[in-house]
Amino acid sequence: MEISMMYYLIPSLIMFCCGVYGFITRKNMIAILISLELMLNAVDINFVVFNRFLFPGQLDGMFFTLFAIAIAAAETALAIAIIINIFRSNKTIDVDDATKMKF
Amino acid sequence: MDYSQFLGMKQEIGLLVVFLLVFFYDTFMSKKAQNGLATVTCGLFGLFTAYTLLCPSVMADATTFGGMYATSPVIATIKNILNIGVFIVLVQSVKWANSESQTMRRGEFYELLLVTLFGMYLMISARHFLLFVIGLEAASLPLAAMVAFDKNRYESREAAIKYILTAVFSSAVFMMGLSFVYGLSGSLYFNEIASAISVNGEVNVLLVLAVAFVIAGVGFKLSLVPFHLWTADVYQGAPTNVTSYLSVISKGATAFAFLVIMVQVFGAFYSQVWEWMLYALIILTITVGNLFAIRQRNMKRFLAFSSVSQAGYIMLGVIALNATGMASLMYYVLVYIFSNLAAFGVLGAIENNTGKVSMDDYNGLYKTNPRLSLAMMLAMFSLAGIPPFAGFFSKFFIFTGALEQGSIAIYMLVLIALINTIISLYYYLLVVKAMFINDNETPIATFKSHWSERLGLWISVGGILLLGIVSCAYNYILELTQSSNMFAGLL
Repeated sequence: MEISMMYYLIPSLIMFCCGVYGFITRKNMIAILISLELMLNAVDINFVVFNRFLFPGQLDGMFFTLFAIAIAAAETALAIAIIINIFRSNKTIDVDDATKMKF
Repeated sequence: MDYSQFLGMKQEIGLLVVFLLVFFYDTFMSKKAQNGLATVTCGLFGLFTAYTLLCPSVMADATTFGGMYATSPVIATIKNILNIGVFIVLVQSVKWANSESQTMRRGEFYELLLVTLFGMYLMISARHFLLFVIGLEAASLPLAAMVAFDKNRYESREAAIKYILTAVFSSAVFMMGLSFVYGLSGSLYFNEIASAISVNGEVNVLLVLAVAFVIAGVGFKLSLVPFHLWTADVYQGAPTNVTSYLSVISKGATAFAFLVIMVQVFGAFYSQVWEWMLYALIILTITVGNLFAIRQRNMKRFLAFSSVSQAGYIMLGVIALNATGMASLMYYVLVYIFSNLAAFGVLGAIENNTGKVSMDDYNGLYKTNPRLSLAMMLAMFSLAGIPPFAGFFSKFFIFTGALEQGSIAIYMLVLIALINTIISLYYYLLVVKAMFINDNETPIATFKSHWSERLGLWISVGGILLLGIVSCAYNYILELTQSSNMFAGLL
């Protein structure tokens, strides 16, 4: 069976939508972070697949993916540091308890 | 590899030198000399700003790294404008950085600030989306650490988590848009994308989706209205100096980079794809920002919503899509830097000395601190756009730029923006009324502000008073943009 581009793009789209859904509905900050990782990984899959199937002669998409992974790692490290900081004062990382500032 | 091409990046190299000197000073100097760190940073950055303003070789055109990075007189000018703003922010932060709670980590504050500025430089100069994304992240990730800087204060942490989560979300959305653009064109260079997607002049669904994602991703950074929800909380929770940096420099740099992307990459699809998107966003941004600003009592939240609505006015320079619009956008950013930093300067001085940030605390301020209230009044007049202060001229030019585009829809947009100026006048004057008219039995006591706060305020107030009258500033920027080839391929 020929595996076409759609076999990769549709799971990546589902991953992205799951990420958005999780970002909006999850209450635990770590779970929100995982949702964000899903979104970023969906982007990476997209780039690699477009590069592999549509433009096999070049490496732009692959390189972008490498950089995107590094950037995502930096983002996660920073976010976790801030979450730990919140945990120290709140004793919880539930977003419902981080609502001191509102409209 | 030809290393001489690094010489094309003069401003970046200069900034890197400043950063390294500050870093070494912070790391290797004695405890006693460390107390001068804030002053030394201001001095070094002031020298750098003066150098880039005065040295003509900075203005040279250059393209390096196979076209990934480009600089031109216009780009050098917007960087100079940002430099002026950063210099004022640095000066205003001297007292705060030398306060007891910050002595341990003030070095990091200056280093992170300079790194974010470097990221914004890359963002402005990038002609390849990989470099742009790296610049965007370098400009937004250290900012999250800076928002969390008062780590013993709870609000600061809450603001930081809100900022980092929305920032990552927005960059994920932005990069999703980029992946569609890559799939459509097979390149990440701005000019190659532009020629690849406009080759048959057709608009397909994927392109509309890609543009929408790119606008949404950048819209988060600019806090345009449906993506503005983080703004007020982050501005309130962050230390005041970080807030002023976030509201002025970060916004100005992103706005210019946004203009470059929309013109150079998607310029051919202006009327088909993104004019109406931006049109709706501008109306929403200006109106909602204004309406929410009216009900704020905390001065930082108040200025946050005011900056949301100002971002809408800045976007008028993008929707204009001509050289006048670009010049007026740059001029607007320059004026906005001076007016907003004057407001934040007064706010910071009062917060540092008394800890009060509510608008009700400002009642009767004129009786005890007349000079601070005068500076605040000028800032509010300039933000509202009352002649003869600079804010009037920046609004005037940005409306002119938009009107030059010429369609009836844009005339309507400018009319809505004008009506909103009147609404904004109401809430800016609320602050002035509180300071000058409202009575208060226990007004903020008279205090003498630190030399750094006064210097920052003098520079900002000088800018507000002079920029509108000294018209050569705008003419200079307009000449530069008209002679640039940014809009050459369009129309």
